[in-house]
Amino acid sequence: MAIEDREVTVVVNGQERSAAVEPRKLLVHYLRDDLGLTGTHIGCDTSQCGACSIMVNGEAVKSCTMLAVQAEGSEITTVEGLGSIEHLHPMQQSFWEEHGLQCGYCTPGVIMAMLGLLKENPNPSEEEIREGMEGVICRCTGYQFIVSAVQKAAKLMAEAEEQKEETLVANLVREGTHNG
Amino acid sequence: MIPVKFDYIHAESVEQAIRLQQESNGEGKLIAGGHSLLPLMKFRLTEPGVLIDISRISQLKEVRKEGDRIVVGALTTHHAASNDPVIKEHIPLLADTVRQIGDLQVRNRGTIGGNIAHADPAADLPAAAFALDAQVIIQGEDGEETMPVDQFIVGPLITMMPENSIVTAVSFAIPPRHTRSVYLKYFHPASGYPVVGVAAIAGVDESGVIDFVRIGITGVGDIAYRAESVEQTLLGQTPSEAMIQEASRLAAEEGEMGNDFFTSSEYREHLCKVYTERALRSILLAN
Repeated sequence: MAIEDREVTVVVNGQERSAAVEPRKLLVHYLRDDLGLTGTHIGCDTSQCGACSIMVNGEAVKSCTMLAVQAEGSEITTVEGLGSIEHLHPMQQSFWEEHGLQCGYCTPGVIMAMLGLLKENPNPSEEEIREGMEGVICRCTGYQFIVSAVQKAAKLMAEAEEQKEETLVANLVREGTHNG
Repeated sequence: MIPVKFDYIHAESVEQAIRLQQESNGEGKLIAGGHSLLPLMKFRLTEPGVLIDISRISQLKEVRKEGDRIVVGALTTHHAASNDPVIKEHIPLLADTVRQIGDLQVRNRGTIGGNIAHADPAADLPAAAFALDAQVIIQGEDGEETMPVDQFIVGPLITMMPENSIVTAVSFAIPPRHTRSVYLKYFHPASGYPVVGVAAIAGVDESGVIDFVRIGITGVGDIAYRAESVEQTLLGQTPSEAMIQEASRLAAEEGEMGNDFFTSSEYREHLCKVYTERALRSILLAN
């Protein structure tokens, strides 16, 4: 029985991308081999280590345990979609400043998983961060510096959010004055 | 690791999911989150010829109260279940249990229906399912049927699921209002799976005696079970440390303790008692 390839179209980091793939192709291979997004890493390949974590429709998932065809039509964010060297995402900035990595292999997955955690719980306690890290494995850091990095990122992201709101209010007031 | 070749098709309705299974001549396998199935396929422990993706059947994602039960749609993810207001209000034990399954990423994909249908003896969910008198609702070629969970799961990875059928929901009995509940587990440090997982519900009436108690235990052997000896011992008694210790001694009575290189059956039996004790203490003696 010949099995036809399927056209899989997803929005990755804000850009629509598509490729024809075998149904058995894993999402992580689709991202890395077909779309050339090699920031997402493969560690254990058995759904344990979380190095392949990405966001699918706003939720952190392990891309080694999802088929590309299952992702059809979804919105995906990989580590490439977060920031640039000039403008790091607060999470990336915090990992840098707090030394949240050594070899860096697990880092893209840890960052995506921790963004998933902060989305759910923007102000987690240390215990909640450690619990949230259940699905990622880091051989280098002993996790302490990752916890510090996530705490810092939570703070930076909350500040950025506040600032955004203030700007929004200021703009509204200005517009109001203008129109008035 | 890459699975062997298979074909892939979406089912847009329960009826279509059944029909596609019939047409697959035994080669079809349903997939929702795929967090039990895909790892098996990657290890090539199972090689279905066609995957029938049911994840778009939105009616299977509903959670609703129906009389004295909560009906949880099969496609409800563990993450959704742990945050669902209806589940949290009426059957908090389920929220407490699914919150402890796997990790954040796994809970975002794994589903209640898939978990039950997979019948992994090391899964967390069966403890709560046994304690909450769960019933598995199955749609098959001849219509709908409902099976109590202890009749549905009959062995490790073995269920009474009829051919060409689909689990559409799992329903859980709402325990009396005055009860409290908890899920406690001793887990394997690497896998996170319970070596022993105890789900307990208990409450005392106005005169201070225990009038409701349910204990489900998972992880210890081939199949989860209700610790009925513990329940019987406690019913009608006033809760006390001595009473809890006496009853918990019987925690392994109905179970068959597994024996592997991580944990001997003697140690599992011991853990059963210790975790039953801790669970009961936390709901009957703590303020």
